[in-house]
Amino acid sequence: MNAKHTPAGGWNTLQANRAGRIQRAGVQLGNALDGKAVPAALIGELLHAVIERGDRVCLEGNNQKQADFLGQALAGLDPERVNGLHMLLSVLALPEHLDVFERGVADRLDFSFSGPQAARVARLLAAGKLQIGAIHTYLELFSRYFIDLTPRVSLIAAEAADRHGNLYTGPNTEDTPAIAEATAFKNGIVIVQVNRIMDTLPRVDIPGDWVDFVVQSPRPYYIEPLFTRDPAQISEIQVLMAMMAIKGIYAEYQVERLNHGIGFDTAAIELLLPTYAESLGLKGKIARHWALNPHPALIPAIEAGFAESVYSFGSELGMEDYIRARPDVFFVGPDGSMRSNRALCQAAGHYACDMFIGSTLQIDLQGNSSTATQGRIAGFGGAPNMGADARGRRHASPAWLKAGQQAREGRNTIPRGQKLVVQIVETFREHMQPAFVERLDAWALAEQAGMALPPVMIYGDDVTHILTEEGIANLLLCRSDEEREQAIRGVAGYTPVGMARDRRMVENLRDRGIIQRAEDMGVDKRQATRDLLAAKNMKDLVRASGGLYNPPKRFRNW
Amino acid sequence: METLVYQFEGGSRGLPAQPQVVGVVGSGNLEVLIEAVPLAGACSIEIKTAAVGFGATWEAVMRDFHERWQLKNARIAINDMGATPAVVSLRLDQAVETILGGAA
Repeated sequence: MNAKHTPAGGWNTLQANRAGRIQRAGVQLGNALDGKAVPAALIGELLHAVIERGDRVCLEGNNQKQADFLGQALAGLDPERVNGLHMLLSVLALPEHLDVFERGVADRLDFSFSGPQAARVARLLAAGKLQIGAIHTYLELFSRYFIDLTPRVSLIAAEAADRHGNLYTGPNTEDTPAIAEATAFKNGIVIVQVNRIMDTLPRVDIPGDWVDFVVQSPRPYYIEPLFTRDPAQISEIQVLMAMMAIKGIYAEYQVERLNHGIGFDTAAIELLLPTYAESLGLKGKIARHWALNPHPALIPAIEAGFAESVYSFGSELGMEDYIRARPDVFFVGPDGSMRSNRALCQAAGHYACDMFIGSTLQIDLQGNSSTATQGRIAGFGGAPNMGADARGRRHASPAWLKAGQQAREGRNTIPRGQKLVVQIVETFREHMQPAFVERLDAWALAEQAGMALPPVMIYGDDVTHILTEEGIANLLLCRSDEEREQAIRGVAGYTPVGMARDRRMVENLRDRGIIQRAEDMGVDKRQATRDLLAAKNMKDLVRASGGLYNPPKRFRNW
Repeated sequence: METLVYQFEGGSRGLPAQPQVVGVVGSGNLEVLIEAVPLAGACSIEIKTAAVGFGATWEAVMRDFHERWQLKNARIAINDMGATPAVVSLRLDQAVETILGGAA
């Protein structure tokens, strides 16, 4: 018989602790509190009242929108009163995200991506100012918010709130629902910075009873147009690679449901759908359903009827009116503006897409790829969620079945499919840095930072194809480690890794269709010019949208 | 500026008389002139390049090019402004496909 166990503090310590925090805030703010609305000038007082030493604090830093006002307020707190915070962030994009460590307010960090701050993260780590719990993928970090990294206090961002705390997040909902839900339902405190406080919201994205305080920020939250690529910068090599991708992979596997990584390589593919893919008779057969941010480069493909539906992780600046005018394609609310949700879109990438195709910085001889380079702890973001085969049971589709069949041919295994994971890279990056290496920089980084594992972004055993200007290596068809290595060398061009190929073996792999050159696929290189792009510059994209796309100022170069 | 000259023997494919120029001389790009010239069966390639010290890479790119096309009695002149091997190979292939006029 078990003795009945009651914890020393009872069963509702979190509720009691939360009530104490709310009460302290009430005392501190007094009459300044208008419903749940707090004046911006009192944000420091509010944070001092509700944050306790050692709290796990989630600061909403997304791929795009940033709770920058709350981040600055947090970094400005008195480290004598608040310290030892454990910060949770999807994206460390802004200087204030690291100022909290520099000033001693926080000392521990779990995060996903740190692109622009990658070098400073490495420096602070080396200086002992911060400890990293782990570097996560987005879906993994959101998942841990509900398991063992639940935030005590969350500082998030929304477009607008009413006095009851209802939130309108507009097109950039992004990570907000996952953070707010994990915090609110574990008796944490949710504080929101909003661009405006309204009497009536266009729609409610987060219900008010999940929210404790809203504060109108003195300026709109910072938002980054991360996915905009000017077609003027797409090279002919990228056009050639896009042609090979469309003919050698999209058409070959009948890829209808997919995700594209960020960058010019995939923007080129998007811009070749209405031209090259159309000329091959592929409309309605490939690239129909997308898990993708609203890339401006996708506009011509949408207008041509190629891309039929798009579900998004977040929005993209300037695309608001275009999205509003294409509600059959995008997910929009009753108010007409888009709704995004990063957690759900990552799940869609895992379980409802048949292909991920994206770029990387380094690929080794096993096909492992990494964007970690020395002196920079950049993290991952969503690419590893997209660029992975989720393995478990799932529904069948032609692309998934064909990939699985190729991988299992001649093996005594039960039939099963496989997701296509394609790495598309030029063999040399800028400054003639080879994209193919014997050993990833990730190994050295892991040693320097004391990580348990090298920070690999996409594992070689998930990669099905590597596409370079030299051709496509189909790793599904390789039957030994040696074949795999030579298949990779065989598309690695004139990098040292490519030059060290076994030429006879590479020719043999080509005869077996494991390596395919442009000419093997019937890709005519004379067509590989910028004339093949459905839009050649930003102005063309605006024109394709019927004037509905409104590029951010820095992209208005006409 | 560096000048590199390569000559390959044993080709089997002759070229039509009309010379062709593809590409432009611009940063990261190159211009290729290809023409039929009696060279006792050889294929001769002269490269003027702005990027010094990439001789080994050029040689490998040209050797692969000759292996692909097996040209004879052909003269190719390249004006390079720091193009990557990828761009060089693409331009060369475009030049040959253009001069052969669809016989690719």
